[in-house]
Amino acid sequence: MGVRTWIEGWPVYRQLTGTDPLGRGAAAQSQRSRTLTARTETADRVAKSVCPYCAVGCGQRIFVKDEKVIQIEGDPDSPISKGRLCPKGSASKSLVTSDRRQQKVLYRRPYATDWEELDLDTAMDMIADRVLAAREQTWEDKDEDGRPLNRTLGISSLGGATLDNEENYLIKKLFTAIGAIQIENQARI
Amino acid sequence: MAEAHPVGFQYVVEAKKRGAKVIHIDPRFTRTSALAHSYVPVRAGADIAFLGGIINYILSNEKDFREYVVAYTNAAMLVSEDFKDTEDLNGLFSGYDPEINAYDQSSWQYAGQQDEGQSRGQAHVDRETASGLEQESHGPPIPADVPRDLTLQDPRCVYQVLKRHYARYTPEVVERLCGVPQDKFLEVCEAWTANSGRERTTALVYSVGWTQHSVGVQYIRTGAIIQLLLGNMGRPGGGVMALRGHASIQGSTDIPTLFNLLPGYLPMPHHSQHETFDQWIDAIRHPEQKGFWANAKSFAVSLLKAYWGDAATEDNDFGYGWMPRLTGDHGIYQQVLDMIDGKIKGYFLLGQNPAVGSAHGRAQRLGMANLDWLVVRDLFMIESATFWKDGPEVATGEIVAEQCKTEVFFMPAANHAEKEGTFTQTQRMLQWREKAVEPPQDCRSELWFFYHLGRIIRERLADSKLERDQGVLNLAWNYPLHGKRGDEPSGEDVLFEINGYEVATHKPLSSFTEMKADGSTAGGCWIYTGVFKDGVNQAARRKPRTEQDWVAREWGWAWPADRRTLYNRASADPEGKPWSERKKYVWWDEEAGEWTGYDVPDFEKTKPPSYRPDKDATGVAAISGDDAFIMQGDGKGWLYAPSGLIDGPMPTHYEPVESTVRNPLYEQQANPTRKVYDRSDNLTNPSPPERHAEVYPYVFSTSRLTEHHTAGGMSRQLAYLSELQPEMFVEVSPELARERGLQHLGWAHIVTARAAIEAKVLVTDRLTPLRIEDRIVHQIWMPYHWGNEGLVTGDSANDLIGITLDPNVLIQESKVGTCDIQPGRRPTGKHLLDYVQSYRDRAELRPDHQAPLVTTEVEEEG
Amino acid sequence: MAGSNSFYGPLDPASDAGYVDAPPRKGFFTDTSVCIGCKACEVACKEWNLVPDDGFNLLGTSYDNTGGLTANSWRHVAFIEQPTAGGCGHGTDTPGAFAGMPTGPSVSAATAVVGAGVGQDTGTSPGVQPAVDALAAAGTIGTQFLGMPGTDLPGRTTDAPRSDFRWLMMSNVCKHCTHAGCLDVCPTGALFRTEFGTVVVQEDICNGCGYCIPACPYGVIDQRKEDGRAWKCTLCYDRIGDGLTPACAKACPTESIQFGDLDELRERAARRVEALHEQGVDQARLYGHDPEDGVGGDGAFFLLLDEPEVYGLPPDPIVTTRDLPAMYKRAGWAALAMAATAVASFLGRRA
Repeated sequence: MGVRTWIEGWPVYRQLTGTDPLGRGAAAQSQRSRTLTARTETADRVAKSVCPYCAVGCGQRIFVKDEKVIQIEGDPDSPISKGRLCPKGSASKSLVTSDRRQQKVLYRRPYATDWEELDLDTAMDMIADRVLAAREQTWEDKDEDGRPLNRTLGISSLGGATLDNEENYLIKKLFTAIGAIQIENQARI
Repeated sequence: MAEAHPVGFQYVVEAKKRGAKVIHIDPRFTRTSALAHSYVPVRAGADIAFLGGIINYILSNEKDFREYVVAYTNAAMLVSEDFKDTEDLNGLFSGYDPEINAYDQSSWQYAGQQDEGQSRGQAHVDRETASGLEQESHGPPIPADVPRDLTLQDPRCVYQVLKRHYARYTPEVVERLCGVPQDKFLEVCEAWTANSGRERTTALVYSVGWTQHSVGVQYIRTGAIIQLLLGNMGRPGGGVMALRGHASIQGSTDIPTLFNLLPGYLPMPHHSQHETFDQWIDAIRHPEQKGFWANAKSFAVSLLKAYWGDAATEDNDFGYGWMPRLTGDHGIYQQVLDMIDGKIKGYFLLGQNPAVGSAHGRAQRLGMANLDWLVVRDLFMIESATFWKDGPEVATGEIVAEQCKTEVFFMPAANHAEKEGTFTQTQRMLQWREKAVEPPQDCRSELWFFYHLGRIIRERLADSKLERDQGVLNLAWNYPLHGKRGDEPSGEDVLFEINGYEVATHKPLSSFTEMKADGSTAGGCWIYTGVFKDGVNQAARRKPRTEQDWVAREWGWAWPADRRTLYNRASADPEGKPWSERKKYVWWDEEAGEWTGYDVPDFEKTKPPSYRPDKDATGVAAISGDDAFIMQGDGKGWLYAPSGLIDGPMPTHYEPVESTVRNPLYEQQANPTRKVYDRSDNLTNPSPPERHAEVYPYVFSTSRLTEHHTAGGMSRQLAYLSELQPEMFVEVSPELARERGLQHLGWAHIVTARAAIEAKVLVTDRLTPLRIEDRIVHQIWMPYHWGNEGLVTGDSANDLIGITLDPNVLIQESKVGTCDIQPGRRPTGKHLLDYVQSYRDRAELRPDHQAPLVTTEVEEEG
Repeated sequence: MAGSNSFYGPLDPASDAGYVDAPPRKGFFTDTSVCIGCKACEVACKEWNLVPDDGFNLLGTSYDNTGGLTANSWRHVAFIEQPTAGGCGHGTDTPGAFAGMPTGPSVSAATAVVGAGVGQDTGTSPGVQPAVDALAAAGTIGTQFLGMPGTDLPGRTTDAPRSDFRWLMMSNVCKHCTHAGCLDVCPTGALFRTEFGTVVVQEDICNGCGYCIPACPYGVIDQRKEDGRAWKCTLCYDRIGDGLTPACAKACPTESIQFGDLDELRERAARRVEALHEQGVDQARLYGHDPEDGVGGDGAFFLLLDEPEVYGLPPDPIVTTRDLPAMYKRAGWAALAMAATAVASFLGRRA
């Protein structure tokens, strides 16, 4: 920056020489204000999404920069929501980026008074062990008249109303195949 | 609607700007009432009386849309001579068996069909397995040749039966029972009827709190009867519309995580009713019956092929033998009680927080405290993961961490931005979400979790020769992995499998009509077939609304077959012409010889209106050219349900299970077929005619606030939502505040037989006492979002509620109950238990207390 | 260029502030007759502008728990519960909402006892039983009788029979005045007029002197305790510069908040008032739309359904710097006089 530019950048110079003698507008505009731009304009990409709260199904646009979600707002193309969002939908960015989110597996041993951390793979192995053990202990082959039962009543599952169809499909498929029938979700509640 | 679905409410505002009249009926004045022309306060739990009054108004003033009613409903069908109404039997229908509290439904059938009715035993099994209404009305077969009286004059025709049933639901009775002044009630009747017919339609919108009653299904039935009588079904601007409360709760019933269903509303096999493959198939399709369910075998075989791939062959009944079997009630409440009793080892919670969000929170938490292990998958730390650490029972000493054996795994989940997939929103529309970013650290999708859980289980069992393990070993579980970590199944691959494909060529199916019963097609959910039509993910379509017509068919994909309005054949008259130019939607194009219109016709495309089936036709061929309700056993919309409903063919006013008043209409107080769990840990407040109802003298209801979401896991963790509603509160009228000495912004506590919780008091004019005859009934209201985790915490309203269920679908009555309210905070620690017990003592609620199911005399069969 | 109306009266603020070929002035029209009080505006604003939360306090003023416009709440939804309505019944209020509802002493403690008993024939079976004497019933039940303390609800007498009722909601925001006192008193140039005619605090300039706070006739602008700087609505200066809609207006489910060219919004608002009047909503009126008012008209103006005071708005706001030119003039003369005196005294001494 040359001295001339530097001096011309001074608000007082601009005020005295420009169109804004009272120094309340153009002359007072800071460097930051002059170059200000909406952060969505510089996003690396925009994902077309759907609000995760209620079942209206409002369209969302998720703006991503440097692999971080920088903004979530309504999708004006949607014939359902026309770009609007309620307070919950408007809070989606907080939902996604909150530092209160649990990001590590936690484990509570029997009779323990606090959590401990656990490796994800270990946790998966432990859960699989427990599913198999519960199934083993409670397996029912036949009813009293010899008709097939093929099931365990030792395992329960609750959830699915905020999950994707594809996820629910795999959940039901796997649980049915291992004989677990006590699979329920919010639709019963 | 403005409270819980603000963005949906924009259309109400838009309609209002164009001159529509908005009426809001609610026990409390809400943000919806604030924008309504007319607000109608009503007593919680009296909806059938209110809507029954409207049916009476329609029928006694002949305001029904007669041509529609005659053509498309079962109004003209004659009902069996053996049928006796609640009006004859003091609140019971004919066929009630007090031994098992269920009906023998033979006498409810159409004339000449008595043998087809469900037996009591069948009704009992249906209740246990929540299968009364499975596959829509597709219960027992309804033959085509039911006698009819098209003049609707025969005293036994459905129209006349209905008219007699509701004759006593007069405006006077509505006023005395619901607390609604007659002029207001008549205003609703007039508005609804004046805006229905050829030129106009009216939509009935409800939120799913309506399902949370011991007569929940009958509430919705009452709405459906009105909409059928007024010709509002299958037509633009009409319908009965559920505003669901979770992003894909519709999807989680279509592709169910429900004990009694398989994808596409196929029933889970029952050990005695569906012992063999053929029994299972025939129970779904009913070989003699008309309608599209006749093709059920194709749907079922395709599902089994999707599950078991090459291992599913004609020789092994496509793997049917591997399917687990139901024996009775395996619903979530039975499970919770079984957990308390130590019968269940492990429990998965998938984005669900029952410690706050489910009825009877204490039972939920005590159940979890008695498991071997619990897996909680969620975004934030929720109450259901920490019940052993700082839950309410830790405070009362009922749960002690050092003595609680439950092993808990908290598995952090990926959120909606971190995975791809479809949600099915409340109008059955699937919308694809693109993945925006990778989930951080240990956060994973359910797709990841269950794929890998299955993979590990299959690896562990790989060498097993046990018969029980063959189902999981033969499972088609080879999903290619993708993503930055290289370990995530592709959502599109799974959606493709759901859509279905030709086994030999792997070519996607474009319609469920292409499904075959010989194993040559596979498809995970027949009603979703077409979502991957032409190999294109139709759910990902996003043509801007400004570039298409008002039906916006190129946005997302709606099941079935991309139909936006179900049963839209009814938008045309029997001859196939639109009822009016104004309400034109789908019609018969004589020249082209096909159905056409703004939507995909919900009818065989080239079947003319004049088509009449042969006498012995079955299945789809048996559907007449004017049978608009193509999934129904008789092709008609049901004003009267001869089968399928456990608690009666017509909705009848029963008081809520907990009520402060005696049923003014019948000696039978509450639903005599409701599902009860009489246990010492699930006591019910006494209601008339029992003594001591005065111990819990007030009516309470709970619902949502705009600013929070269900059990708070996705809202009480966020500062921007928490600050908007930072504390648990209870709303009371100034009159009740004065009666009980409650101070605005002071503390109060609310007591039921289950629990006592505390809340800040909001004294507001938005709550009003109601006059029920000469008495005054006070109602209080609470949001149910709070628990002890999160940025803002408080007691949970669901702790107040007991477990009594609707018999048809096993959903709990949680929108109305009785309670006491007193100023000040509740006691803490052990004193809290003593305090709740002191109320039970006053109410003489002993541990073995059972609320009487029948409060009238049962007529002996004879 | 500075002109005769630079401090008072109608004015195009952007060109007055030195913008050549300024774009049309932008603003908000907030139509409270369709506001459902969902607060999406508050949240959307905070998400976009990264505004801190305002603390978790149950205020008891209906459903308002953020209390007002502050440095940490740039949109604020006010809730007003009114026991009496205007009586027009066109969906902006609900006359007769509670007409026919009971008042006075309740007999509810006796309700269940009475309901369970056997009473006279009322034509239905088993019939609705008549009420019994309330006190007698209470006596037999033995419930605690706790007297009748006041309920402390402002604006309501509990004895009065109620009938009409309405629940007003309004999303409040900085008015972006044509004559902005905050801007006029800002000594650092942190507050400035944008090319869109809006008033924005430049966070990189503000030094937290706080002069602007008492200068706002609406009490909008506020200092953030943590950093001392002044914060308020920027009308999403960054967004509108890129042709986007401000976050609150973008989210608003019912188009209660409308963003656009101020001239066009004023016309739209006039039509809306007319339409409401035709529907019988006589109380509909505009607030802050008039260039002749005490602040030269607001960039953010409102359609209200009652007097401004009901919503906590000043009925007749006047820019606090209206008399600044005259004051400057007087101050100038005084200074000159003092200078002259000083010179005279010097001269006098020399003389």
